[in-house]
Amino acid sequence: MILVVAEQRGGTLNRATWETIAAAQQMGDGAGVAVAVLGAGIAAAAAEMAAAGVHEVIAVDDPALEWYTSDAYTEVLGQLIGQLGPSHVLLPHTYQTRDFAPKLAARLDRALVTDVTGLKQAGAERAFVRPMFQGKLTADVVPLGPAPHIVTFQIGAFRADQAARGAAAAPVRAVAAALDPSKVREKPEPPFQQAKQAVDLSQAERIVSVGRGIKGQEHLPVARALADALGAELAASRPICDAGWLPMERQVGSSGQTVAPKLYVALGISGAIQHLVGMKGSHTIVAINKDADAPIFEVADYGIVGDLFEIVPAVVAALKA
Amino acid sequence: MKIAVCIKHVLARDSQPTPDAEKTWIRESDAAYEMNEPDAYALEEALRLKEKLGGEVVVCSAGPARVSQVIREALARGADRAIHVEDDTLGRADAALVASTLSAAVSEERFDLILTGLQSDDQGSAQTGVLLAERLGLPHATIIMEVEVQGPVVRVKRELEGGWFQWVTLPLPALLTIQSGINQLRYATLKGIMAAKKKEIRKVPAGVDTAAQQKQKIVALYTPEKAKKTQIIEGGPADAASELVRRLREEARVI
Repeated sequence: MILVVAEQRGGTLNRATWETIAAAQQMGDGAGVAVAVLGAGIAAAAAEMAAAGVHEVIAVDDPALEWYTSDAYTEVLGQLIGQLGPSHVLLPHTYQTRDFAPKLAARLDRALVTDVTGLKQAGAERAFVRPMFQGKLTADVVPLGPAPHIVTFQIGAFRADQAARGAAAAPVRAVAAALDPSKVREKPEPPFQQAKQAVDLSQAERIVSVGRGIKGQEHLPVARALADALGAELAASRPICDAGWLPMERQVGSSGQTVAPKLYVALGISGAIQHLVGMKGSHTIVAINKDADAPIFEVADYGIVGDLFEIVPAVVAALKA
Repeated sequence: MKIAVCIKHVLARDSQPTPDAEKTWIRESDAAYEMNEPDAYALEEALRLKEKLGGEVVVCSAGPARVSQVIREALARGADRAIHVEDDTLGRADAALVASTLSAAVSEERFDLILTGLQSDDQGSAQTGVLLAERLGLPHATIIMEVEVQGPVVRVKRELEGGWFQWVTLPLPALLTIQSGINQLRYATLKGIMAAKKKEIRKVPAGVDTAAQQKQKIVALYTPEKAKKTQIIEGGPADAASELVRRLREEARVI
């Protein structure tokens, strides 16, 4: 049996959970798929999961699980895995998963393979495909040691709409958490948004985005001229916002905004996976980068290899011609 | 406050790795290495905490002999001493093995706080810090953007996705994985580089059965298969630019 760990916050399921169910169904170890939902007041989320083509939904509903903590999740999932004896435990590679999955793996002394984008067969063994070296290379990885093997899937690697639905709702089984709240060492406060986002990049039709290749804040007018000529919003990859060259609200990627405009122009962006997950759904992607091996060219429709400081002004001139 | 910072020596960001003959790791003979970027931010955060609260900063790195380069750099930036878990097999070790060797090397030190980067720029599994915390029995928090030490506890700002954050309070000792951009990095001064030469680097063996601690193996390493057919537009800047504009207007119809 394959166990999928759903992710929810405040009773709302993270859509990436459906992607993980699609991955579990593709792996199909013959004994079916179970989904575990943890939280407080999660009846609706569990019922939503029951629509999936899985053999059972396990709901662990406990006030001590109202806010996520790694101690509580590790304790509850460790017990659950002990009872169920799954072949694999699958999770979406979200920030929450990244916080507790390694702890769970260490607690159980089991293999954990993270950020997986695909499945492969390596002889008799199941291999998991994942990026390495900032996405410049891809590795087929085989987990070692006894089951269960814990695997996390990159957001967007499997499609939520390809998760099969069940003919009838799967049974929901309530399981009590044997959890002593005094053993939970983390004291979380409610999540918050830093500032009301003044710029909603997700609504932009065109985006010009800059990365490390822009070299310095004083060069931003080069990108801004192109944005103006295209009627586009200006955005950036994480290092640019970290450096304070553009405000954080203009960051595209896993820690910033997710966008899917008609046109996305990436200037001097190498295409680290954290950036790609935020923009690879764009309709048309243009990459301008001096490094022909940059991973951004793997998702680009059009690419120009060269110096952006020469090419961008030429594109602005061509647009005005 | 006694702070450990775990630092990895990784393939330089701007170099292109090539798979080796077996296609299970990179060709190391022509590789350039540097300090893992998130680890540099972890080091900076540790140095700032020490400046505020006193104590010492100990840099820990697991890897082959070449790792001493990154240890020297950390000492030059202001770390007080170092622990180098030296073993030739550690350059390509998975997170489980790295965490087990680090835990053996640091457990006796009884650090108040251990900082690591949130993930490495090479294998990028984002596991080592959390594995180490669990092995040492410490509470942890990941992807941290702010650290406030308040007596016996530490209050930290966790980054969540999509511009959300959350404050979490943990009892000390604890382990934190640090996000890039948490602070502004300092560079080593000449004085720091000279001072680093006199600082202690304690070398320790892996102390574990390195083959048995490995929890995964790479069976193939290769150039990514392209998801899309990218049209690379050739020519000088002016020609390439007008051809790009033509295709965006006539083929893609997005402008």
